[in-house]
Amino acid sequence: MNKTALIIQREYLTRIRKKSFIIMSILGPLLFAAMFVLPAWFASFEDTTEKNIAVIDYTQKYTGVIEDTEYLKFQWLGISEEKAVKEDYQTKGYDAYIIITDDLQKQPDAVKIYSEAQITIDVKGHIARNLEDFLEQERLESYRIDGLQEIINHINDVNVQVATIKLGEDGSQKESSVEFTMLAAIVFAMLIYFFVIMYGTQVMRGVVEEKTNRIIEVIVSSVKPFQLMMGKIIGIVLVALTQFLIWVVFTFIIITGIKTMVSTTGSTMVDQSNQIETIQSMSETEVSGKTAEFAAQFNEMIENAMGLDLVGTLLAFVFFFIGGYLLYAGLFAAVGAAIDNETESQQFVMPVMMPLILSIYIAMAAFRNPGGDLAFWFSMIPFTSPIVMMARIPFQIPVWEIILSMVILSASFVFTTWFAGRIYRTGILMYGKKVSYKELWKWFRYSGK
Amino acid sequence: MVFLEAKNVVKQYAKHLALDHVNIQVPENTIFGLLGPNGAGKTTLIRIINQITGPDSGEILLNGHKLNPSDIRRIGYLPEERGLYKKMKVGEQALYLARLKDLSRYDALKRLKYWFEKFEIQPWWDKKVEELSKGMQQKIQFVVTVLHEPELLIFDEPFSGFDPINANLLKNEILELKKKGATILFSTHNMGSVEELCDHITLINKSKIILHGPIEQIRHDYKEHLIKLDFNGDIDVLSEKLATPFKIRETQAVNQHTSAFIEMGQGGSVNQLLSSVINDVEIISLNEVLPNMNDIFIRVVQQSNQ
Repeated sequence: MNKTALIIQREYLTRIRKKSFIIMSILGPLLFAAMFVLPAWFASFEDTTEKNIAVIDYTQKYTGVIEDTEYLKFQWLGISEEKAVKEDYQTKGYDAYIIITDDLQKQPDAVKIYSEAQITIDVKGHIARNLEDFLEQERLESYRIDGLQEIINHINDVNVQVATIKLGEDGSQKESSVEFTMLAAIVFAMLIYFFVIMYGTQVMRGVVEEKTNRIIEVIVSSVKPFQLMMGKIIGIVLVALTQFLIWVVFTFIIITGIKTMVSTTGSTMVDQSNQIETIQSMSETEVSGKTAEFAAQFNEMIENAMGLDLVGTLLAFVFFFIGGYLLYAGLFAAVGAAIDNETESQQFVMPVMMPLILSIYIAMAAFRNPGGDLAFWFSMIPFTSPIVMMARIPFQIPVWEIILSMVILSASFVFTTWFAGRIYRTGILMYGKKVSYKELWKWFRYSGK
Repeated sequence: MVFLEAKNVVKQYAKHLALDHVNIQVPENTIFGLLGPNGAGKTTLIRIINQITGPDSGEILLNGHKLNPSDIRRIGYLPEERGLYKKMKVGEQALYLARLKDLSRYDALKRLKYWFEKFEIQPWWDKKVEELSKGMQQKIQFVVTVLHEPELLIFDEPFSGFDPINANLLKNEILELKKKGATILFSTHNMGSVEELCDHITLINKSKIILHGPIEQIRHDYKEHLIKLDFNGDIDVLSEKLATPFKIRETQAVNQHTSAFIEMGQGGSVNQLLSSVINDVEIISLNEVLPNMNDIFIRVVQQSNQ
């Protein structure tokens, strides 16, 4: 067996057997699944305990204006009952009470709500909305326009819904949601960032480990330092890809699982086209409205995800991750070779991390304006391109840009690996030396013999 | 026959010349001591022989041909800075290191079994290295070094970290390896072990070789013509009888008798010494004192530093 292959095998096996790897493999998919489930779940979440609210209206003008909802019941009491309510509203079965002291047209802040427990924004919003609607109506009516009601009804009929349709290469149309595309862009950019840093520092740690364990000299008497470095870098990227594959598969399984679960609970397979009707019919048949709501939201998320070119995006992700990782891994290895223990790493790690951190800022700008100059140039510069490009790809940018970026990245990682290899070769055999950048440059220039 | 030869090896690190036209010749199937103070260039030379680094000029010949990468499997190297992966299991790690030396999995396992039994460390096979004592780790390191049965063995400070029992075990193993035909290059500061083990030595100081040759030859070359005379009798009588070129350097009372260390100047001989004292004291024994390697080391290095 080839020696580099042996090294790759060791690096790979020792890492995937670690507890941390197994934990990450489980946590990752749960996080991704949560990305789909949580928004849908929050959206379906409502306060479902019934609340009784007493209303005392001095003006007697607004009786019945605030409508009851499923969970909010309003009792319109006479002025005479004010004292009793104020003293002891809770034993009378009220959660809060409202007092309207004056004509709201003249005195808009004449309505106050009192309660011991915090009133939610939803409740407050409901009250304000109902009162505002009534007051608007009142003012409109004060103009005494003929056929006013018809006009209003006609106006209310206007309802524009903008659907964003992405055109495929073959002219096919896919409905997509801008929000979801942005979310995907952020997630992919962040993933590259975390993966490169996480696995890059693993390379560095591995090198430092070999130095501090003093095993390095035993090994380089059997293999070339460059073989050892490449074996480590490749072994670790395989670990990363394994992790990623596990994530994709598990996330898919979890989401499919939830989808089936939700559908069977709703007792009807929710079909995208007649979603709304289905939900209505479900609530009519007294299937829990919450589950239906959740199912709808969840299906919309899935549908949005399908609107992206998921396979293409994943492939691009894998490429840019490998490219970005290879670009930085050599540098991390060189840093590891230059230091004796991890605590010294700070001064050399910072310059390596700077472009990565910068990339995240650029990526934030890029997903607001994926076609802009800033986004374009930084997705070409190899040190930032993996992250910035991943932030742009979900927005269907021209293919030549992606390919050009890939080519530049590939050429660059060959260069950085060669560069780092020269520093690594000398550094791994140096102990107890405080290393400066000047020293590193000297190592780089040592003859290759 | 010369097995390993360094010819005019020069190695320069930035402003520091590590090896300055160094030549060594290691005869086949001998134990060769590579000596010198810290920073003399020993480790650099050893790294060049192991092809960890290359010389700026000069060459290394192994068995008459220029050293090439495939020679790695013919060399076993126990570095001074040595260690193992702490989190890895002993057996797995030994197997890995053996396979990096081109041993097949099957051969490696077979030989490991032999050595682990010999050193009685089989119970440690599935333990992590960090659970082992330092001496235990050193044993494993030694096993890994010799496992591929190299023709040339290089030990850099092999005894550091060993307790006396294990050091003795190691010494016997080294002698055993020599008996089996290996050539051994041995670098140490422990001059006692040099005298015990080495056939030849080379002394490097400040990047240059300042002394080399068979160890007995060197000890003879550096002898001070010092005679140790054990006798019974009056020390004053002895000193009275001894005239130039003899001079008593030191006397010691040892149990029932006295030992006198007598410097023998130009023109003196052992016979002359004997005849001048033989009638006055009872002689128990007489022998010439050869300098030990420790003294020679210190003397030669100090001379070359002046």
